[in-house]
Amino acid sequence: MIGIVGYGSYLPRYRVKVESIAKQWGSDPEAIKRGLKLFEKTVPGMDEDTITISVEASKNALKRAGIDPEKIGAVYIGSESHPYAVKPSGTILLEALGIGNDVHVASYEFACKAGTEAMYTAYSLVKADEMEYALAIGADTSQGAPGDALEYSASAGGTAFIMGKQNVIAEILFTHSYTSDTPDFWRREHEFYPRHAGRFTGEPAYFKHVVNAGKKLLEKSNMKPEDFKYAVFHMPNGKFPQIAAKKLGFTLEQIETGWIVPWMGNTYSGSSPTGLSAILDVAKPGDKIFMVSFGSGAGSDGFIFNVTDKIVDVQDKAPKLKEMLDNNKIYLDYGEYAKFREKIILNQ
Amino acid sequence: MISPKYAREIPQRYRLEAAKCKSCGKINFPPRLVCPRCKSREFETVRLSNEGKILTYTIIRVSSDTFSHQTPYAVAIIETNDGAKLMAMIADSDLNEIEIGKKVKLVFRKIQDEGVWGLHCYGYKAVLI
Repeated sequence: MIGIVGYGSYLPRYRVKVESIAKQWGSDPEAIKRGLKLFEKTVPGMDEDTITISVEASKNALKRAGIDPEKIGAVYIGSESHPYAVKPSGTILLEALGIGNDVHVASYEFACKAGTEAMYTAYSLVKADEMEYALAIGADTSQGAPGDALEYSASAGGTAFIMGKQNVIAEILFTHSYTSDTPDFWRREHEFYPRHAGRFTGEPAYFKHVVNAGKKLLEKSNMKPEDFKYAVFHMPNGKFPQIAAKKLGFTLEQIETGWIVPWMGNTYSGSSPTGLSAILDVAKPGDKIFMVSFGSGAGSDGFIFNVTDKIVDVQDKAPKLKEMLDNNKIYLDYGEYAKFREKIILNQ
Repeated sequence: MISPKYAREIPQRYRLEAAKCKSCGKINFPPRLVCPRCKSREFETVRLSNEGKILTYTIIRVSSDTFSHQTPYAVAIIETNDGAKLMAMIADSDLNEIEIGKKVKLVFRKIQDEGVWGLHCYGYKAVLI
């Protein structure tokens, strides 16, 4: 049996409400809340980035896995906000966690699906018997240009998964990836903010890839939507995953637990992985989970998980996602948010 | 350029590695070559508890240029649960909530940037629990 042996998330304490952003740009917050189904989002502290988020999420994953960090043979961090253009984020993480130096490390980028790339590679290496454990992380401090629609969604957070064969809490039964050259969203070298093709990011990008990956995954597994207790899709806003779920035959009840985007925002590479974390916090043995990520450019990774008896032993060993999402919030106004996200040009 | 000094301090800044004297048991943080209590030179490496309490603190309102965008902020002397004492910034906290004796957790954060071109320097900060 191969799958997740430990999982953990981290969300910053800071939040900004849709009202604060809309007021700045003269927009109607009610129209945005109604249209995008977004209410507030997480904001990283001035001392937080993809690396610090990854470290804290991984500490929680290690608490649940209960393993010696030195047994981890690979560290993959998926993000589109790696702090360095040249220097892997994982090098800092492996020192912070005490993983040691006999480890394979890489930084992944694929817009919002870099986290599930890391999960797929980590799972595959364990499956190939190359190592006992592999650590996969999806984390971001995503960027949205001032005044752009992305400013309402681009948020911060991440989730870590340790893949292994012993004491598996969620077995990976099937995977499928669907990829094409679709120019819906990009960021050129040296550009601070990404660009996107507006409505083109919807039907030909998000829905085409999520639905095709999902359909192939159902075909491959010979399973039906009603066989699953939970489903989670990439959450660029509140509306898209609801539509994708309907297109594939899932109900809103099946996606409700992992649909955390209205209060978290889009954590990009950490989006569907963090939704999965929220599901694992409450899942019961025997539950089946359907997951499809999406990364612009574009592609989707799909996974089917079977929750095992071991899940109940680990759920309380680290903070749960809803606790992090609902408690200890510090709200920022737009000026503070702009300062935190370094949107104000300062003299050096 | 602070890179060499920064790299040498990684075990302490990232993992809270301390030197426990094999003779008298005193935990030295950062590690010492000679135990200040018993003069022994024999140590074992231990990792400090990441929880402790505030022994004392101060509020920085006028800082060096490196930290000026973060003012006002608190710096505290923390006693970890295993008795080591260390200095750390307090993050994510209302300054009015900080008190001597309050419990804290040490978390992994960015401490400073070496300008816009240099290293991001990471280490521990404290948050109230």
